[in-house]
Amino acid sequence: MLARLSPEDRPIAIAALFILAILIAGTAYTLITSGTVPLLSPGYLLQQLQTGAFLGICAAGMMMVILLGHIDLSIPWTLSAAAMTATAVGGDLALPTALAVGLAVGLFNGFGVAYLRIPSMIFTLGVDTVLRGLMVAQTGGFAPQDRATPMMLFLAKEKILGIPVAIFVWAAVSVAISVILTRTAFGRSVYATGSREAAAYLSGIRTRRVIIGAFVTSGLCAALAGFLLTGYSAKAYQGMGNAFLLPAIAAVVLGGTHILGGRGRYAGTLVGVILIVLLNSVLSIMQMPEAGPQIIYGTVIIGMLLVYGRNARVTS
Amino acid sequence: MTLAPLARWLRQNRGFAGALLLFAAIYLVYNLMHPRGFSAAVFVQNSNEAVALAFVAMAQTVPVLLGGLDLSVGAVMTLTNCIASELVSGSPAQILFGMVATLLAGTAFGLMNGLVVVYGRIQPIIATLATGAIAMGLALWIRPKPGGEVDGDLNWALTNTIWDFADTYGFDADSPWLAPFADLPVPILILLAIAVLVWVPFRRSVTGRTVYAVGSAEGAAYMSGLPIARAKIAAFTLGGFFAACGGLYLAIQTSSGNADIQQAGAYTLNSIAAVVLGGTSLLGGAGGAIGSLVGALILRVISFYFRILSIDPLLQPLIEGLVLLVAVSFGAIRTLRVRNKLDLFR
Amino acid sequence: MTEPIVEYRGISKYFAGIRALEKVDFACRPGTIHAILGENGAGKSTLIKIMAGVLVPDAGEMLLEGRTVSFASPDEATRNGIVCMFQELSLVPDLTVADNICISDPPRRFGLIDRRAQVRRAEALLARVRCEDIDPHALVRELPLSRRQMVEIAKALGRDPKVLILDEATSALTSRDVQTVYDLLADLKGRGVSSLFISHRMHEVEALCDTLSVFRNGQHIETFAKGAHSDTEIVRLMIGRDVEAQFPPKPQPKALDPILTVKGLRWENRLNGVDVSIGRGEIVGLGGLDGQGQKELLLALFGVLRGVSGSVEVAGKRGIPSSPYAAKSGSTRIALVPEDRKTEGLMLGMPIADNLLAAAFDRVSRGPVIDSGLASRAVAEALAKLQVRIGAPTDAVMTLSGGNQQKVVIAKWLMVDPDIILLNDPTRGIDVGTKQEIYRLMRSLADDGKAILFYSSDYAELIGCSDRVYVLYDGRVVSELEGDAMTEEGIVAASLNIDVEAA
Repeated sequence: MLARLSPEDRPIAIAALFILAILIAGTAYTLITSGTVPLLSPGYLLQQLQTGAFLGICAAGMMMVILLGHIDLSIPWTLSAAAMTATAVGGDLALPTALAVGLAVGLFNGFGVAYLRIPSMIFTLGVDTVLRGLMVAQTGGFAPQDRATPMMLFLAKEKILGIPVAIFVWAAVSVAISVILTRTAFGRSVYATGSREAAAYLSGIRTRRVIIGAFVTSGLCAALAGFLLTGYSAKAYQGMGNAFLLPAIAAVVLGGTHILGGRGRYAGTLVGVILIVLLNSVLSIMQMPEAGPQIIYGTVIIGMLLVYGRNARVTS
Repeated sequence: MTLAPLARWLRQNRGFAGALLLFAAIYLVYNLMHPRGFSAAVFVQNSNEAVALAFVAMAQTVPVLLGGLDLSVGAVMTLTNCIASELVSGSPAQILFGMVATLLAGTAFGLMNGLVVVYGRIQPIIATLATGAIAMGLALWIRPKPGGEVDGDLNWALTNTIWDFADTYGFDADSPWLAPFADLPVPILILLAIAVLVWVPFRRSVTGRTVYAVGSAEGAAYMSGLPIARAKIAAFTLGGFFAACGGLYLAIQTSSGNADIQQAGAYTLNSIAAVVLGGTSLLGGAGGAIGSLVGALILRVISFYFRILSIDPLLQPLIEGLVLLVAVSFGAIRTLRVRNKLDLFR
Repeated sequence: MTEPIVEYRGISKYFAGIRALEKVDFACRPGTIHAILGENGAGKSTLIKIMAGVLVPDAGEMLLEGRTVSFASPDEATRNGIVCMFQELSLVPDLTVADNICISDPPRRFGLIDRRAQVRRAEALLARVRCEDIDPHALVRELPLSRRQMVEIAKALGRDPKVLILDEATSALTSRDVQTVYDLLADLKGRGVSSLFISHRMHEVEALCDTLSVFRNGQHIETFAKGAHSDTEIVRLMIGRDVEAQFPPKPQPKALDPILTVKGLRWENRLNGVDVSIGRGEIVGLGGLDGQGQKELLLALFGVLRGVSGSVEVAGKRGIPSSPYAAKSGSTRIALVPEDRKTEGLMLGMPIADNLLAAAFDRVSRGPVIDSGLASRAVAEALAKLQVRIGAPTDAVMTLSGGNQQKVVIAKWLMVDPDIILLNDPTRGIDVGTKQEIYRLMRSLADDGKAILFYSSDYAELIGCSDRVYVLYDGRVVSELEGDAMTEEGIVAASLNIDVEAA
């Protein structure tokens, strides 16, 4: 059955099957140990998705950059910087402030990668360090306001019709990104540039603007995630974004987006995020010591990529 | 003897020479400004702080020369650090066994990275991202809480001067032939010894040259009949070995192991920065581990300055980041020189 | 007659169904210098790539000194004494000259590379090719192209070849180095080495070779001793008479209003003052040997090169476009069908529809959003117009044959309704049927008032399609041919720098 799917859909299908496997294995575990099935209760799943929203929004931005064959390592501190600046400004200006930070970082990253042509891996790493430095310098001497604003709290914690608002935000970002990727000239140019930059350039696509646009999207997504996360944890703090970088890359890649760019669908990233969120929650239900999740995490990524790779070889 | 070979060496190793010069300059100034500058105590302290990062930077260099990247070096260092904190104690034989086992573990992990990359055909970045998580998991499994035990004599002997080393192990520390070296710090000698005994021969082996050739022009390497798969596996394996050296040293230095995810990540990121500072091209093919060693020293010296200048510690990360950003921006000069814009995409 | 050192029996090789070599029988004997002649795409490089272990033939067998052999890698071929110097250099730019010369089997001491012995060996080999001026410690990337080629020759010598293959080995050399190579080949000949020599320069072949083989369209036409045929006959053998394509009829020459005028165009050392002018409704060909500046001229006009000097006038407006985007979106639009469709023309992994729309997103969009109805209509129209044979527009473009891929590249550009169309060898590696469709398309575009400037390595095509032909040599227009003056012999002669009339 899997063999008939297009190469784009196959990783998504495999990842979806894997989500099913996680749910079954996790439920079997809880049935045996405690006789309950928390994993299958809608409330629990919604709660997991609510925490998954932050990762999901980061991954959406990261995907744009990875589709170009680049990577954005500045996400952790873009997220933190946006959140911390937003709380410091506070009030109604908090959201515009957060997004402005994301925009500025994205523009700067894009400039370095597109115009200076410095490898994104190292340039965004440098930007991440500088942002960390700025935040430490800014907040160290005195303690600026770090409480979440009411809007942050609403977006991250409230529920509408019993569904967390954060999930709506994530859904809105998802719709926006997938419309951009499939329906706009910019989105198609992202694929074209990531697929073969020389050919895209010779087709008259302004590849430098495309690169900047993708990094800006990534910066904005990280900033929005920071805005929400502040609401969820009630305040902004240094290092709040550290836990998002590697899972975001992993989610994008597990969803079938090629790490060298040009191929991948947003639905895959969505499935990848859900996979990682559920994997994490099942591992935490099993109450493994911290070591277990790490090892399983790495093994799952390698294992799944080996499966994808083998399929690709057969079809080519 | 003319100056021509020197001029040529300078031309071919601009990045490395620049790094060396920068290091010499800032370290000289540092010692001039330090109240106890040029003393054995300062050298010992400085070299202790630099060794682990220098090893990790050397570990990162080998995959980078291939045109890849190893995101697991920090994690492998942490893993071996934890292994060493379990094994390097007891009788001399046990200590020796522990050290060998630690180095073998790291090397084996590097070998696994290489096999996954070559035979699994997974991009190095993403493969090592995943194996790095596995290494971190193993480290946490071995040492869920920081701690452990390392032989005290070993700790003292390896983190001080030659004199202390000789004194600890009952050699005649005051013998006249030792006198000229007595004040040299042991850690820096270990670092140099490994660099000279492992890296230099590797670079001059066919496998090592193939690593350079693959990073520079994989097609030409294939046409010339070079062992490409072997070189890739060897590069990651050697990276694992260097990372293990770093982990082992950190364990001896701190007498403990610590499976700290943040610290592992910081080591990985700093290793990339050190590689770039040391003049190795991220595109592969040019540079070397000695350069990265110097790059790591530069990063460390910058942080030493914060102490003596009593720069607000809050500004330290910012300055570190700016230094890194400015250093990599020199790569942009090439871009400005390109005449055919299609060459930018190669 | 000596036994052949290398012999081909019925060797065939196909790329995506298109023949590169078909049932070739070929032999080369020790102690000869053997010229391989043929037009571009005649199968010469496939022939030598099979010998050198880069390609594996689809059918037939190869014999080396009477034994059947098959090489899985270049390494194996080298170990069997077949050493090849490729057009695209096989040197590693970041290693030193000495490293490169000794790369496959460096001298070793205690298992490590002995750098001093390596330098000595490199110096000895460089002395043999009279390039003592090359510093064995220099990095290859520091050397100019002509020196690199000599290093490549020294490297090849160092492998003790029984068969030495030189593919355009002299294209970038100075005349002194060319003489050195001649002497060297004569010396090797005396030692029983067989050299296979591929060159487009007839006078080189005259001076050097004792045996000549002519290839055409993947087939071995004839092998003969030097002197058995005159230059004119050789040229005729190369061009052939049986494969002439059908070209659409040309209109009567008429006064045309010039849309593109180029004067004194210079760039680096590749363009040395090019003067070209094209009118609306005209097809102008660029002829000459490979690498005489034709490709650079097209790239310069499309805004890809930096630092171009000279004057360009497009529909009365002065100025060179600053980028491909500027070139395609001015009031007078320029399109370029690039040289390598796989890396520059197409995003191979992407759907056909996306490739078609890549240059014209703004034409099918409302605001930032692509109007899917408009887009799919445009795609269907384009596919119908060029009769591209496909499964579905969502299939990846790499599933198409070479000819259909090229049609996609052309159709992509027709979507922006260009006024000037630049084509870089548009029919390379394409079957005859599609070639003819492309010729007809070019003529109908010209009839619609578009100006077409195209480079082709196929002389027959230049003559059949063009209203006029500029022949380039060393970054300059050396000859402009029109009407009856455009003959195959004339263009070949102008490109090869030989005088057919006198022969």
